[in-house]
Amino acid sequence: MSKLDFEKPILELEAKINELHNVSSDDSLNITEEIDRMTAKVDRLLKQTYNKLTAQQKVLVARHEDRPHFKDYASQIITDFTPLAGERCFGEDQALLGGLGRFRGQSCVIMGHEKGQTTEERIKHNFGMARPEGYRKAQRLLKMAEQYQIPVITLVDTAGAYPGVGAEERGQAEAIAKSIETCLNVKVPIVSVIIGEGGSGGAIAIATADKVFMLEHSIYSVISPEGCASILWRSASHAGDAAEALRLTAQDMKELKLIDGIISEPLGGAHRKREETIDLVADTIENAFAKLMPWNTDKILKDRQEKYLAMGRAA
Amino acid sequence: MNWLTNFIRPKIRSIVEQQKDVPENLWQKCPSCEGMLFHRDIKESLNVCYHCGHHMRISVEERLEVMFDDGKYTKVAAPKVPHDPLKFKDRKKYSDRLRDTRAKTGQEDAIRIAKGTIGGCPVVIAAFDFAFMGGSMGAAVGEGIVKAAEIAVKEKAAFITVPCSGGARMQEGAISLMQMPRTTIAVNRVQNAGLPYIVLLTDPTTGGVSASFAMLGDIHIAEPGCMIGFAGKRVIQETIREELPEGFQTAEYCLEHGMIDMVVPRDELNATLSRILNIIFNKKIKVKKGDNNSKKSGGNDKKVVSGKPSGVKAELTQKTTADKAVKNAPANTNADARQKTATKTAARTSAKK
Ligand SMILES: [Zn+2]
Repeated sequence: MSKLDFEKPILELEAKINELHNVSSDDSLNITEEIDRMTAKVDRLLKQTYNKLTAQQKVLVARHEDRPHFKDYASQIITDFTPLAGERCFGEDQALLGGLGRFRGQSCVIMGHEKGQTTEERIKHNFGMARPEGYRKAQRLLKMAEQYQIPVITLVDTAGAYPGVGAEERGQAEAIAKSIETCLNVKVPIVSVIIGEGGSGGAIAIATADKVFMLEHSIYSVISPEGCASILWRSASHAGDAAEALRLTAQDMKELKLIDGIISEPLGGAHRKREETIDLVADTIENAFAKLMPWNTDKILKDRQEKYLAMGRAA
Repeated sequence: MNWLTNFIRPKIRSIVEQQKDVPENLWQKCPSCEGMLFHRDIKESLNVCYHCGHHMRISVEERLEVMFDDGKYTKVAAPKVPHDPLKFKDRKKYSDRLRDTRAKTGQEDAIRIAKGTIGGCPVVIAAFDFAFMGGSMGAAVGEGIVKAAEIAVKEKAAFITVPCSGGARMQEGAISLMQMPRTTIAVNRVQNAGLPYIVLLTDPTTGGVSASFAMLGDIHIAEPGCMIGFAGKRVIQETIREELPEGFQTAEYCLEHGMIDMVVPRDELNATLSRILNIIFNKKIKVKKGDNNSKKSGGNDKKVVSGKPSGVKAELTQKTTADKAVKNAPANTNADARQKTATKTAARTSAKK
């Protein structure tokens, strides 16, 4: 299920290496050499493949189920993580998690979409597609950060806001709009990282930040390539063309000056080296905070707004 | 700032009128009640079905005319932005699509900025042009809203946005997504200046447009029956795989669910906005004894009383609107409209029998 087609030769080699590891009870020299040779080949193939991923392949990597998710980040980089629940009027939305904690010693608010790992978890987290309650909880947490004057980390990983009757009934549009508004006006630094999928309004609702980074193989788009293809090409089978045309890769987004930086992923993508990836993300966040703090309230708000006002404007 | 401004008295260019030379098109069918509508009558009723009150789309020019006092306003040129920043191409190049649409519509993009008065109060309107690529929001629309909001702040005017849009413009990718925070900043600036920011939601208001400035108004007004929501009906249906409730995502549904303040028929827009804006702009007026009585007397009396000379103009507007309302009595209230629909349906059913 989680296999990527274009990784097939690599996966086969990796399987063989595993096999060799298992049969070599005595660690004979021959086998060790063979393993080394094959490992080098895997690295070479990975480099070749991952250096020239197409937009559509990036979409698949960004959605890979083994990529680290919000909970992996929270448990590895946040100490004293204290999840907080609910928006105080309707319900708790597990598609968007968040709470208080300490990031490398600094008290902070952290929040993000959680897609879930197992089938059971995925259902519980609604595949990372938040309802209005999730976005209203986000607003609550942003205001809390402002009250305590502590910075905010947001981790973005969603296919989009949930399209359902209940979500519409309870004001999905308003919840997203207010979330963007709160992000724009909160008087503390916000750093956002697109760790997987940055899906449209559901992403930007918490990705409006002082500094926005994308992992090397993450994507950020106004519409899913499948949705775009079915509208503009009248067929979802053109998703690859749409992915290309939408310029949704981290590299495109940087070139279009819509994000502040790209975080390199370990060789072969975040799904191969989860812990290493999380540390790389944490280093970037720490650097960003170091530059943003201590902060002047007026300046930080002005800079944040000017940054967005410039997007799409004539140079 | 050298904004190309020109005072115009816009002429009505309704779809109906454009087709007036073709005899078959003298009549059209109401998409809601299927009643036959005569082109001259439907034009006069502002594209509202005079059988059932169904609000059909009107051109952005007509829209502005309906909203401003005496149908008069000053156009403000929308700022230019880089075209086709992504070099987007689907089955057709976006740059070609833009060029063709510009040639066809004679417009640069899907946003129109206009200023004038409503009820004598200064107002800047940023209205979407659905005829231009479905009113989709890209950088040009975003920039238009930013500019219009700036003018409102500078001239201490009320700011009204009139979304009529399916959402973000896909062909501008994430740049169109970034117009969500941009337009949010724009309307916040109006609000922070203590000025009113009002949204008139029209059919349709969805996607990235509804999920940004369109849901951040101080006051939300919607046209009857218009579609307002975040996700499109088809997407929702595909996700939940069941039928959607009756009247889902209509203005009336949104009113019931607390998302908007009121549903106002087209011919009452100017009067309603006049009343609201005068309360906000003219905070203190001399109330003559007896005025209270006259207000109580008619439930439908929406006369705007103002101590300022502008109030006279407002009253005039009220009168014109009232006259219109009499002429188009069936479209006047929802209750009337519903009843009319029922009658009409009954008539049709019996005719079939
Ligand atoms: Zn009708």
